[in-house]
Amino acid sequence: MTTLDSSKEIQKNNSEVNETHEDFRMFGLITFLIADGMTFAGFFAAYLTYKAVNPLPDGAIYELELPIPTLNTILLLVSSATFHKAGKALLKDKNSESQKWLSFTAFLGIIFLICQLFEYFHLPFGLTDNLFASTFYALTGFHGLHVTLGTLMILIIAWQSRINGGRLTSQNMFPLEAVELYWHFVDGIWVILFIILYLL
Amino acid sequence: MTISIDPQKTNNESLQPKGWLRYFSFSLDHKVIGIQYLVCGFLFYLIGGTLASAIRIELASPMSDFMPRDVYNQVLTLHGTIMIFLWIVPVVNGAFGNYLIPFYVGARDMAFPRLNAVAFWLIPPSGLMLVASYFVEGAAQAGWTAYPPLSITTPQSGQIIWILSVLLLGGSSIFGGINFIATIIKLRRPGLKLMQLPMYCWAMLGTSLLVVLSTPVLAGTLILLSFDIIANTGFFNPVLGGNVVVYQHLFWFYSHPAVYIMVLPAFGLVSEILPVHARKPLFGYTTMVFSIMGIVVLGLVVWAHHMFTSGTPPWMRLFFTIATAFIAVPTGIKFFNWVATLWGGKISINSAMLFSCGFIINFVFGGITGVALAQVPFDIHVHDTYFVVAHFHYIVYGGTVFIIFSSIYHWFPKVTGKMLNEKLGILHFIITFIGFNLCFAPQHWLGLNGMPRRVAEYDPQFQFVNQISSLGALLMAISTIPFLINVFLSVRNGKYAGDNPWNALTPEWLTSSPPPIENWEGEAPLVEEPYGYGKEILNENKNI
Repeated sequence: MTTLDSSKEIQKNNSEVNETHEDFRMFGLITFLIADGMTFAGFFAAYLTYKAVNPLPDGAIYELELPIPTLNTILLLVSSATFHKAGKALLKDKNSESQKWLSFTAFLGIIFLICQLFEYFHLPFGLTDNLFASTFYALTGFHGLHVTLGTLMILIIAWQSRINGGRLTSQNMFPLEAVELYWHFVDGIWVILFIILYLL
Repeated sequence: MTISIDPQKTNNESLQPKGWLRYFSFSLDHKVIGIQYLVCGFLFYLIGGTLASAIRIELASPMSDFMPRDVYNQVLTLHGTIMIFLWIVPVVNGAFGNYLIPFYVGARDMAFPRLNAVAFWLIPPSGLMLVASYFVEGAAQAGWTAYPPLSITTPQSGQIIWILSVLLLGGSSIFGGINFIATIIKLRRPGLKLMQLPMYCWAMLGTSLLVVLSTPVLAGTLILLSFDIIANTGFFNPVLGGNVVVYQHLFWFYSHPAVYIMVLPAFGLVSEILPVHARKPLFGYTTMVFSIMGIVVLGLVVWAHHMFTSGTPPWMRLFFTIATAFIAVPTGIKFFNWVATLWGGKISINSAMLFSCGFIINFVFGGITGVALAQVPFDIHVHDTYFVVAHFHYIVYGGTVFIIFSSIYHWFPKVTGKMLNEKLGILHFIITFIGFNLCFAPQHWLGLNGMPRRVAEYDPQFQFVNQISSLGALLMAISTIPFLINVFLSVRNGKYAGDNPWNALTPEWLTSSPPPIENWEGEAPLVEEPYGYGKEILNENKNI
């Protein structure tokens, strides 16, 4: 049944609905993060296959020191919690508190990156030394890129949540929610990466 | 939370260029973006077609006398990459998807118009990069699959530009996929149920799921490959302890679904065209929907059937053979549904219908050789021979490109408000159909007799059959001429089409031709039965 000029009831119902629509930006972001996650999935699959079938040259092993990555895991998990706090504060219109939490989250992100670089400089192997070394740097590097982007975005929304003239309010939560989801995603990827790369 | 649309904000017509200039602007209108995709894709089709002609000229004689061997390799690499990433994927998804999906869901535009424009505008620069890579010292010559170690050991500057270009095109494809999923799921007109959507929406939903799930894996793989080339790592280089088979697995995890990314939208489009020109409801709507989703799920777990000769273990061969054979079930359901749609219909013999029927014939042929290729004992014999080339082109040219032309004949009146010339259209179909089958049918025989693909020179005993094939390619090249003449003549002085020349029921025909900005004056129509041909309701409407 085609109804170009159908009953007035439908038209009346829709005249209001048509000018507004549901906010599906978050839906789009989730779809994008699934795609992004698939890139990591490809890397993980490659790494696990290498580990199963490709013997390393003499002397090279699939073992790493644990203290720094464990610290990094804790840093990221704590940063996810502090980000959540920032969101709660903004929801109650406490902008300055929200800004504090956001800045602290970004600080944790920066510490993570510094620790990661520290680890890079103290590892006994370089990018091209063997297959494990290459895969290690590719995986952690690609994740580090995500952390860098996330930290920059957190700094931006921390600036935007300032009290006077900031765009972030309890009415306009989307930028914060989007970055928060992204940050949790990066955090989750790190946990998987930590288990696969360091613990297995 | 809801977003209110400020009419003055989205309707800033004064800021948008008018007339043909708008096709060169960063337009946010989904119809303009659709046409941008189509025309841009067609220009690349002409380039890719010229390269194909060069390949067939070279293969008309057994020796490499038309071009040197390395140039032949470069030409076939560029031909494959352009045709897949710049013609078929952007046109069958981007062009028709952008033009039709907002109409079908009853929306005024796509869910993310800016992302949509960005996705399109990634294509021309990356396409130019790809073409330019041919002219740098050491063009890419590892085929469209870029298998290492070939892609690592051949000259590298062209290969790197090739990788960057394909990465950008993959990004464009992912942005498009996200947009289609959001539009179909979230932007449907109130009251429109999922199971009332025209079939093309389902096809695009399935395609976009495949794009979002598989394209990122290709991106990751190509990043690793570029590390191998630039930074001298050894991911895929056996000399440095790497593993080439891992590349093949990751590559085909994208590139097998890519075949469905190329052909599923064509399934959707043919399901729109057949009911209109046969004046019958689409047969088996629900089974169509489920078979599309079945193809999506199965399409993700069949990739290793491209790798039966790559040292795959027996259990893997068994699994992938069975999974591949299973895909024939949903595909067969769709095939029989199309035939049943035609059965007893009031069929008009016009260009759109002829190309659609050509699609059905070619596609069933390509499908049968596909099932044959899935069988390991057979595949091992014909792997990397012309049999594979013939199978692939039967799906992608005989299937998808036929549907692209069919869709152009079908929707041209909607886009321009003018009709295409039917006589030229039928001439176009006849030359294309004969040329295509003359070109690719003999290649089955060549493959079965052991002629390897991707090689410039061959055993002289194959010369006669190769010349038949080249003659077919010549006809295919000629077939473009009546089409181009037809389009140019019809845009200038074609017959006026009116709003609904085919008396179709799908929503895009219920607005003016060409449609206004934001698609409808007033409310979007609620089309509950997009294929309700020959039903009493239709007669009632006619009486009104």
